[in-house]
Formats: sequence, structure tokens, C-alpha cells
Amino acid sequence: MISLDSAEIVRALAGGMLIGAGSALLLLLNGRIAGVSGILGNVIGKAVGEQGWRLGFLGGLLVPALILGFGSAHLPQHWLWAITSGLLVGAGTQIGSGCTSGHGVCGLANLSTRSLVATLVFMTSAVFTVLLVRHGGVS
Amino acid sequence: MKFLTALVAGLLFGSGLLVSGMTDPANVLGFLDIFGEWRPQLAFVMGAAVLTAAPSYWFVRHNRRTLLGASVDLPDRRRIDQPLLAGATIFGVGWGLSGICPGPGLVLLASGHGMAYLFMAAVLAGMWLVQLMRNKRDLR
Repeated sequence: MISLDSAEIVRALAGGMLIGAGSALLLLLNGRIAGVSGILGNVIGKAVGEQGWRLGFLGGLLVPALILGFGSAHLPQHWLWAITSGLLVGAGTQIGSGCTSGHGVCGLANLSTRSLVATLVFMTSAVFTVLLVRHGGVS
Repeated sequence: MKFLTALVAGLLFGSGLLVSGMTDPANVLGFLDIFGEWRPQLAFVMGAAVLTAAPSYWFVRHNRRTLLGASVDLPDRRRIDQPLLAGATIFGVGWGLSGICPGPGLVLLASGHGMAYLFMAAVLAGMWLVQLMRNKRDLR
């Protein structure tokens, strides 16, 4: 079964174009890749270059949500679930040098085979994780 | 100047995450759950984002400069190594557990929900641990 209505497609395409436009702008003007995990990792780690633009980008990410608020957000129910997931996301993106934005959006836009492989790998492992959790009786 | 342009880029990116519905983990998990009632939005979001950003990447890759004339070094695009594969696998498991990746996770902080703060604190801790191990190995 596939669940999708036309309003959802329009929002997905419009939102995707905004994400792409933000990534394009950061590359065209700052010469930087809009990979959120990379930017976060550099903010907390040994500073590579100046930090101002990183804080600007991360701050900019937050502002629209502060103004517009959230329609709905289904967060993990249990603290242990949130922590386990967060640790794996943090460690995995640091080891694999990228996440959904860095590899999935910017890397693919840059026609990078490396990012294509990373994207296929994390999508596959995420699909299997959801399969086990939702249909395999784990949780 | 660099701060301001990055801020505007972040504003666009953050609005896109909100508009697209990707800040609701239920939509992401719905995409990953291909064996349940599949929700393909994420594919449309990613497709539109990649197509929108691609011309700019082509431009910068060919000119090796930004529009403002600064030189740009884009990362090596071909090397596929063990860390890439291992890291992507680990990230995928974490992403599948909650439906949250770093971008939406950060935006979710604006919801004021405690679980979002816990998640992002764990993300930073995970990054920090990897950096710590890397530094130790480099010292040896």
C-alpha cells in the first residue's frame, strides 16, 4: 500500500526545492557544503577554519521553526530510545563523514559516487532497522 | 558577511525541512517502512533538493570558485573506504530507530520537546566520542 495525496507531493517538492536552494546558496557564496552533521561535528571539535558561518547556518535552520511552530512531531516515547538513536546517529555520521544532507543532498548534487554509496548504505540499514522494529517484534 | 550568507542559507534549508514535513519523524519512518503503508514523500523531497542544488555544484566544480571569487576545494568524490561504509551503516540504524537525522533533529529543538534535546545531546556525545578516539589514535 502507498499512502500519498497531491497536497503532500506539492509540499514535499516545494520543501525539497527550498532545501536545495539553501544548499546552493551556501556553496555559491560561502563555498561550503550544507552537511548538517559535518557542520555540527566541526563546531564541537577541533575548529577547521572560522566558526562564524557555521553558527549562522545552524541558527538559520532553527529560526523558521521558532516562528512558524510545528504541525506535528512524533518523537521517541522512551528516553533510552532517544539516546541510543542519537548516539548511533552522531557516531555514524562522524565515522562516515556525512548524513542525509551532506551525502544525500549535497553529495548527490555533486555527482559523487562516494555519497551515492553512502546514501544507499544508510537507507538500506535504516529500512532494515524499521523492518525489525515495526514488523520483527523488536522494541 | 560569511555569517549573513550562511544564515540566509540556513533559513532556506530550515524552511524547506518544515514545509516538506521532514521534521515530523513519523513521515521519515513512513518512508523507511517499505513493508508497511509506504509514504514516499522523502523521495520527492530529496529528488527536488538534489535537482535544485545540482547546477550550483556543477558551476563551482568547473570554476573552482564561489560567485564571490573565493577558491573552493570540493571533497574527493570517488574514494569508497571502510569508514564510509561502517559509518553509513551505523548512522542508518540510529536513523531507523527514531526517524530523526541531524538536520531535522536540530529543527526539532524549537519544539521545546525534551526528547528532542535528549536526542541532540546524544548526537553530540556520539560525535565527540568518535573525535576523541580519532585523536587518541593519531597521537600514537
